[in-house]
Amino acid sequence: MKNRVLVAEDLYLLRDGLVHLLQAHGFMVVAAVESGPELLKGLVELRPDVSIVDVRLPPTFTDEGLKAALAAREKVPGLPILVLSQHVEQLYARELLADGSGGIGYLLKDRVFNAEQFVDAVRRVAEGGTAMDPEVIAKLLASNARDEPLAALTPREREVLEAMAEGRSNAAISQRLYLSESAVAKHTASIFAKLGLAPSDDDNRRVLAVLAYLNSR
Amino acid sequence: MLRSFGRILVLLALLVLEVPAIPLTGLMLLLTFGLGMVFLFPWQVMMVRRLAELNRRLMRRWTDIEIEPPYLPEPPPPVPQSDGMYRSDRTLYKTPRIPAWNNRWKWLLSDPGSWRDLLWLVLDVVVKPLLVPLFVVLPARGLRLYAQWSELLLGATTASRLAGQVSHLKRTRNLANDSQAAEMRRIERDLHDGTQARLVAIGMTLGAVEELVDRDPTAAKALLAKVRDASSETLTELRRVIRGIHPPVLAERGLADAIRALAMDSPMDVTVDVDLPHRPDAPVEAAVYFAISELLSNAARHGNARKVTVDISANGPHLRISVTDDGMGGADPSKGTGLTGIERRLAAFDGVLALNSPPGGPTTVTMEMPRVLPEHWAADVQKMPRWKTVAVVMLWATAWCPTMPQGVVAGVFKLLGAEQKSWFLALYLPEIWQWPTILGMITVGLIMHVLAIRIPAAHNRERLLAGKPAAKVLC
Repeated sequence: MKNRVLVAEDLYLLRDGLVHLLQAHGFMVVAAVESGPELLKGLVELRPDVSIVDVRLPPTFTDEGLKAALAAREKVPGLPILVLSQHVEQLYARELLADGSGGIGYLLKDRVFNAEQFVDAVRRVAEGGTAMDPEVIAKLLASNARDEPLAALTPREREVLEAMAEGRSNAAISQRLYLSESAVAKHTASIFAKLGLAPSDDDNRRVLAVLAYLNSR
Repeated sequence: MLRSFGRILVLLALLVLEVPAIPLTGLMLLLTFGLGMVFLFPWQVMMVRRLAELNRRLMRRWTDIEIEPPYLPEPPPPVPQSDGMYRSDRTLYKTPRIPAWNNRWKWLLSDPGSWRDLLWLVLDVVVKPLLVPLFVVLPARGLRLYAQWSELLLGATTASRLAGQVSHLKRTRNLANDSQAAEMRRIERDLHDGTQARLVAIGMTLGAVEELVDRDPTAAKALLAKVRDASSETLTELRRVIRGIHPPVLAERGLADAIRALAMDSPMDVTVDVDLPHRPDAPVEAAVYFAISELLSNAARHGNARKVTVDISANGPHLRISVTDDGMGGADPSKGTGLTGIERRLAAFDGVLALNSPPGGPTTVTMEMPRVLPEHWAADVQKMPRWKTVAVVMLWATAWCPTMPQGVVAGVFKLLGAEQKSWFLALYLPEIWQWPTILGMITVGLIMHVLAIRIPAAHNRERLLAGKPAAKVLC
């Protein structure tokens, strides 16, 4: 089981909270670091199964964490990293997704409040999936609002698309929207047809295709 | 030629106005200061000013000499005190009329421009006839000379220019203060009505949970879930407030990426082109960011635009921003507060905004912020390669030797026929080689000096010719 995790967060309380939360859910915290250089070193040397990284870290308190994450993924392609931030930007989401190899998460810090969903997202990223914050997806869709194929989606299909873009599997979508799995499968097929994307059974590749589609606009 | 004669005739004809103006002025001044008919003074000053202004205008139109008016800025209208009275020195007035008149009187009396105008008027009636011979022979030359004479007494002085700048700075500072105060007030209201109220609610709910937790754990759990939602909402709200103060992307990534992030969030198709070699100062970045943000939302909301181009570039130390959209145009700055708000923000940096929005579009807004970027940006400092530096140092360290001791000094010794040969190489050689060696030494030394000067200079020129460093980022 993939449970070796690295935590990078400069605020002691939050770091400690994250470590406890993860340990309580069966993860093994291999390192808890608090600055950008330490993070990069940890990511490359320890190669954790998944890392939880805050965007703003010392010494510069700018986008230290994001830079370290991108640099580490350049050295170790597909290294699973979940980025946490106080605010979400499409710009950062695009940069994280740019290499198209999955194993990426980008969530608002508030999502930690709901431990179960958060841990679920961590697991998904560890397994090479994606976890995008609903706010990122909402922004992506809002900035594509005038796009023809997207406007042609039914409200239900739109909901499915949103959930799919967040990185959820068919099973998870059916649970959230109170639909049967076959209905979800039908909706996804219809969405892919309307957007002109090649259908794929693999959850992961499917999500990346949708995100790439939204990003390319 | 003929035109110049015509102009000179007009100038001379103006004497008809100027000559009677002098005794009239004298009379008015006499009445003002002799009999205390102070109300005559402003009329007198205005009369002379009008004549002087006419002269400035004519000179500007006929020659290339631009004569700036030297007057101090007019005093602002009196402001009532908190009790509604107007104060002038130690006296209180009910209406602003008398304080305003006092200020105006003081302004006219203390302005050196008033007295210089008067001196010009008195002397002008002498100067014009004196110049008549020159006017006849060389009319163009004569006009220029006359303009220079006028500039001498009618032009702006350092003091008047500084006074103008001070009043401009005072105005922009007031604007900046006002907009900052309004901003603070808005933030305070946001925090007070939103975040603070929500935190109070969270605290109260937590108190209720504390009471309930033993008696009714299920209800307590439900309340806790509510608290969690409330804290999440508070965070969302706080994020919105922070974005309004200073957007986090701007702090993390700088202007270029912040504008790009803005472009991505916009429903329009926004092209961003930023050409800045470095990050400007934080206040400049923030002003530009909010200006562009406002323009983008204007374009989407009112202009119904689909495509927008944002271009930010450095023009030497000036920052230039242009935003063009393909909306329906017809934007009017007098309607709504958006554009005025931007202008106010830019005013703090002496920035200006130009709007071109014909009905039917496209709308282009150009903003220019003068001298907000450090000068050295224009040509980024590039260090010389190491070998060049070493060569220059070596040249400076050794060039003196062939020029002075082995060249010039040896030459002087030879001329004087001194016995001493010291270490002057040339003097040990056979007679026939001595002068060629000395001259050769001087030549070699001079070449070394020239090289030592030329190498860094040539490097600088190459750099300037290569133009600005290409840190162009396209999105």
